[in-house]
Amino acid sequence: MKFVNEYRDEDLAHKYLQQIKEVVTQSWSIMEVCGGQTHSLVKNGILDLLPEEINMIHGPGCPVCVTPIHLIDKAIYLAEEKGVILCSYGDMLRVPGSSRSLLDAKAKGADIRILYSPLEAVQLAQKNPSKEIVFFAVGFETTAPANALSVVQAKELAVHNYSILTSHVLVPPAIEAVMNDEESQIDSFLAAGHVCTIMGISEYGPLVEKYKIPIVVTGFEPIDLLQGIYMVVSQLEEGKFELENQYSRVVKDNGNQKAIEIIEQVFEVKNRVWRGIGNIPYSGYEVKEAYDAYDANVKFEVNIDAAEENKQCIAGQVLKGIKKPHECPQFGKKCKPEFPLGAPMVSSEGACAAYYHFHQAAELV
Amino acid sequence: MANLKMQLSCPMPKFDFDTITLGHGGGGTLTNKLLESGVFNLLSNDLLDEHHDGAIFSLDGPTAFTTDSFVISPIFFPGGDIGELAVNGTVNDLAMCGARPQYLSLSFIIEEGLKMDDFWKVLVSIKEACEVAGVKVITGDTKVVERGKGDQIFINTTGIGNILPNAMIKMDRVKEGDAVIVSDVIASHGISIMSVREGLEFESDILSDTQPLNHIVEGLITKFGASIHLLKDPTRGGVAAVLNEIARDTKLGVFLDEKKIPIEEQVKGACEILGLDPLYVANEGIFIGIVDKEKAEAIVDHLREIPESANASIIGRIVIDHPRQVIIRSGIGGKRVVNMLVGEQLPRIC
Repeated sequence: MKFVNEYRDEDLAHKYLQQIKEVVTQSWSIMEVCGGQTHSLVKNGILDLLPEEINMIHGPGCPVCVTPIHLIDKAIYLAEEKGVILCSYGDMLRVPGSSRSLLDAKAKGADIRILYSPLEAVQLAQKNPSKEIVFFAVGFETTAPANALSVVQAKELAVHNYSILTSHVLVPPAIEAVMNDEESQIDSFLAAGHVCTIMGISEYGPLVEKYKIPIVVTGFEPIDLLQGIYMVVSQLEEGKFELENQYSRVVKDNGNQKAIEIIEQVFEVKNRVWRGIGNIPYSGYEVKEAYDAYDANVKFEVNIDAAEENKQCIAGQVLKGIKKPHECPQFGKKCKPEFPLGAPMVSSEGACAAYYHFHQAAELV
Repeated sequence: MANLKMQLSCPMPKFDFDTITLGHGGGGTLTNKLLESGVFNLLSNDLLDEHHDGAIFSLDGPTAFTTDSFVISPIFFPGGDIGELAVNGTVNDLAMCGARPQYLSLSFIIEEGLKMDDFWKVLVSIKEACEVAGVKVITGDTKVVERGKGDQIFINTTGIGNILPNAMIKMDRVKEGDAVIVSDVIASHGISIMSVREGLEFESDILSDTQPLNHIVEGLITKFGASIHLLKDPTRGGVAAVLNEIARDTKLGVFLDEKKIPIEEQVKGACEILGLDPLYVANEGIFIGIVDKEKAEAIVDHLREIPESANASIIGRIVIDHPRQVIIRSGIGGKRVVNMLVGEQLPRIC
């Protein structure tokens, strides 16, 4: 695969590892924000290859993990009680709500479908005019343009039986929340390359200045990650704090203007509750009033009890990088992918599942 | 192409119905019409032609016996269909035991409303697959269920066959140092099915790898006999599931080299886009072999001479270092554990 294989080259990987080893003189804690980066670090075995001074901390950038429990309950309620066809990205299905997951509800007869794109959900609405179609619009800035586009498209096509259940979260406020946490010991961040592909990098300059930390916008392939880590460590060792862009082959400074325009047309920034972390001010998107007819939160009246998180789950501390997944007393014991206590054990981008599947399982046996 | 040829030589007889109804499973004249003009006629052989309640035959010596049910959706997919799969699946299970597949039973559970054209296509595929594999359908059953209680057609096949004289295939023959081989490229079947599933359709020319493995295995066992310690076909759960089963049951470790695992470029690309790990994707026409390390190169060379296993490769070895675990060396030289999946692989968000 051209443009992928080059970034998985073993010799090049070892050159970067060597450079990192040459430049590092002390311990540094680096948070990769995005779950996709966590996944790639463990899948490629990079954590084992890094010198021990480098402590990679896995951030809150797993959209499935931070989707509030009550929204999952709401999605299940809509599918079961309101007779809607609920469409979702695949890895949302196994995440536990307060009592069960969308997959459990599907097994009991609710019409829940896995789609790759919300635009397919609009087509589904056209094909099923007598049914209500709800798309579970989960994700960071990356999936926001497609979700917004689906709403605009539904309006243009006069498809009235389509709406989205929004759980959109934003990266920069999450970085602030992590840095503001007293227990946090993060020295620097690898920012999420695909989020910046959409939004550009301008939001990160003020964070670099405010917290005096290096931030390097980084991609997802092994060479991207190693180069990103090298850039961060070089800055740290030199006492610098700057915003750099490792992923410049994809990320432009101003992002994708068309994508930003459509996001701004449909969504507005509001406060949002993150599962495991709590409320973070101005950290998510909600559908604008002009598109109320396509907002499942407005369209359907839902009365469900407030949900509580399993008290044994330390997902919040894991998502903020205060604890590593295997430092949780329940990791691999009461909490496994087949019976997860919290969301990070479910999604392949969740730090706990990533550790369980690829890394720490070796030490459990 | 093969399918097309067969359909030309097997035109559908004239039935006075174009869909299958509950009556076709009722045991009366409709059932008889369907069976006589359809199933019996097409799959005719000396034992089936007896039309007895069961087939009567003799087999001498060690025998393998297996069963499998096929519920795939959609029933027609790029590179095959449920009929071909139902024959190959059971044939391959017998082959993995070191047996020469001989006889099959064939049972249909049909959802009423299935088009007779489609049923005929499935039957023709079954006939053709039996001919390619060299097996006979000698008994069977047809039931029809109400609409909504099935999904077009479910097929069960049970197979039986003698163990080949030189075969010594058993889990307890797997030992430290053995080589792990794969007979051809992985993940093609699962990705071909994915490409035509509702909601996930994408354009590709990836074909299912469904094929009978018995001839390849027979050649291998005839030539290498006791050097073949274990054979497994990595269907559901993919290569990862099979290797985890071996690690669990032998209490040994499996060490893989990601770079050595053969996979077609476009299958790899589809997996990247869909967020799937090819190690967990289903296969229907390849096998994993645990073989004597001294003979591994010769075995792979032998397989590469055969078009159906042209990409055979040594992908790893059996070790004692990490008992009960499968560990893979990634493309850049890192290591990770390859676990069994909890359920189905679910596509990732981004």
